[in-house]
Amino acid sequence: MPELAMRDALRQAMDEEMSRDDAVFVLGEEVGEYNGAYKVTRGLLDKYGMPRVMDTPIAELGFTGLAVGAALAGLRPVVEWMTYNFSLLALDQVVNNAAKMRHMSGGQLKCPIVFRGPNGPAEFLSSQHSQALQSLYAHIPGLKVVAPSNPYDAKGLLKSSIRDDNPVMFLESEMTYGMTGEVPEEEYLVPIGEASVVREGSDVTLISYSKPMLMLHKAAEQLAEQGIEAEVIDLRTIRPLDEETIYNSVKKTNRAVVVDESWPFASVGSHVCWLISRNCFDYLDAPVELVCSEDVPMPYNHNMELAVQPSVEKIVKAAKGVSYTD
Amino acid sequence: MGKLDGYKKDQLVAMLRDMLIIRRFEEKAAQAYGLKKIGGFCHLYNGQEGVVVGAVAALDMKKDYLLTAYRDHGHAIATGMDPKVVMAELFGKETGCSRGKGGSMHMFDVEKHMFGGNGIVGGQIPVATGVAFMQMYKKTGGVTLCFFGDGAIHQGAFHESANLASIWNLPVIYIVENNHFGMGTAVKRVSAVEDFDVKAKGYNMTGTTVNGMDVIEVHQAIQKAAETARKEGRPALLDVKTYRYKGHSMSDPAKYRTKEELEEFKQQDPILMLKQDLLKAEMITEKKFEELDKEAKAIANQAEEFAEESPEPPLESRFEDIYA
Repeated sequence: MPELAMRDALRQAMDEEMSRDDAVFVLGEEVGEYNGAYKVTRGLLDKYGMPRVMDTPIAELGFTGLAVGAALAGLRPVVEWMTYNFSLLALDQVVNNAAKMRHMSGGQLKCPIVFRGPNGPAEFLSSQHSQALQSLYAHIPGLKVVAPSNPYDAKGLLKSSIRDDNPVMFLESEMTYGMTGEVPEEEYLVPIGEASVVREGSDVTLISYSKPMLMLHKAAEQLAEQGIEAEVIDLRTIRPLDEETIYNSVKKTNRAVVVDESWPFASVGSHVCWLISRNCFDYLDAPVELVCSEDVPMPYNHNMELAVQPSVEKIVKAAKGVSYTD
Repeated sequence: MGKLDGYKKDQLVAMLRDMLIIRRFEEKAAQAYGLKKIGGFCHLYNGQEGVVVGAVAALDMKKDYLLTAYRDHGHAIATGMDPKVVMAELFGKETGCSRGKGGSMHMFDVEKHMFGGNGIVGGQIPVATGVAFMQMYKKTGGVTLCFFGDGAIHQGAFHESANLASIWNLPVIYIVENNHFGMGTAVKRVSAVEDFDVKAKGYNMTGTTVNGMDVIEVHQAIQKAAETARKEGRPALLDVKTYRYKGHSMSDPAKYRTKEELEEFKQQDPILMLKQDLLKAEMITEKKFEELDKEAKAIANQAEEFAEESPEPPLESRFEDIYA
């Protein structure tokens, strides 16, 4: 199987869907002539031209709302936000229109649209450019939220997202665009709403999604060296959440650590912890643990920014804590 | 040239009839609101009928689209939605156009290309621009009418959209229904300019001021803008001066304006003006007008009866219409 970088897997997904369906088009800042701020859309303008690929002015509210209107009228836009931090300028169009048009029209309209871009911290970017905003979007009924952690899932999930008839928030991460992984040459889809058990284990369940999955793999290895067999779950989709896969695992291991780049208050991580506590109460041998970003804006200083985020060390410590082996 | 030259009698009578239906519908809605049959926000269109009726008469709703803000009952009826379905939505009933989930601010009929009904000031402007993007993308030859109020033009959403429409040649017509007040705030208190047509210049599009109390003038202005949008893909901005007789919503006694100002606009009532034009041209008689008005009242009454008799939506339906 060929190895592909994350950015190339994502581009393949868009390329394949654009050639499959004329209604699919890409728009955003620098997506065309510049080939994408992170080169995810490289070559698409050359191949498809305008209006399949549209370079926009720096006007997130305007072009996001425009894409919502195009989706309601029958097109299938893929909106690239240079980063999710800038999606806040377009929040009204996502929350009040994309997520609610179907509802407000009594089911008459549908809004097939993908909002994609890097989310979560990278490095040295300070507080405005390092935000993990998934909890905000996951809060909104009417949206789907997808957050793959590897090239295979990224390609399969982006293709499914483009074919989905609902608004999909597709969360990537800047730090993993160069990450490589196996991606088959033949076409495939990864369904939205299915978590994946990426490592089987009997002693503790580690749950996360997106970039922190890299830490979970390392943490599971370190734990194994210390005699703790961790089961590792990659949620892949945040909304709709695959609760069954989580519960099946926790009922087996009786312990859970949820890892999330979000801040702790009202977050994806805190919600998953609550669900497990609520639905696996009789199976739990320890309180569910949450490893998340600290409740502060991201500092620029590298030692401080690392201290703020989840780490392999913090995950191992939490897993040992719920196993009472610390 | 006479003002009505080139118009067929049927077309003019249809405009008069539509304005009367909207007026009588809104009066009925106000009454039902007083009886607590309708709740929440309810923004009435009395006085502004000439704007949407003149505009829609210039369109081909098979390929054209319309989006507006929350003062949308008139737009729903003008695009051909059944007043019964509109009233049922006001009553929150299962038979309403949005199955009782939208209410006053969210009238939709996808088949009739009425895409709402938006409750966020200016929220529909980028969306309408996107519908016009589809028309450009698919080369449908259609245009999109984007209505909003004088309050909304100060939102970034308008300015970002206008720029996009101009650089991408989108067939969208931005119509400011300038009723002189954003809720209780007079335009001149919050706007750097009193006439919005000048804002078009900054986006390299045509800006026009239109008397919205005159349905014929609105019709002609939209016809002209629509022709340019269809042929050249150029957007346009129309500052249509109009007036609402009621408060911003049902809870607003409108104490921020004088009785004299209101009376002055009532003298130019769009229904009265067209009626006088038609009488003068001998296209209708007083008797014909009375018949049209009686018919409009009957339609409003039937709408209310239909809404009253319609069933409540089943509670389980609250989980429906969220995901496709």
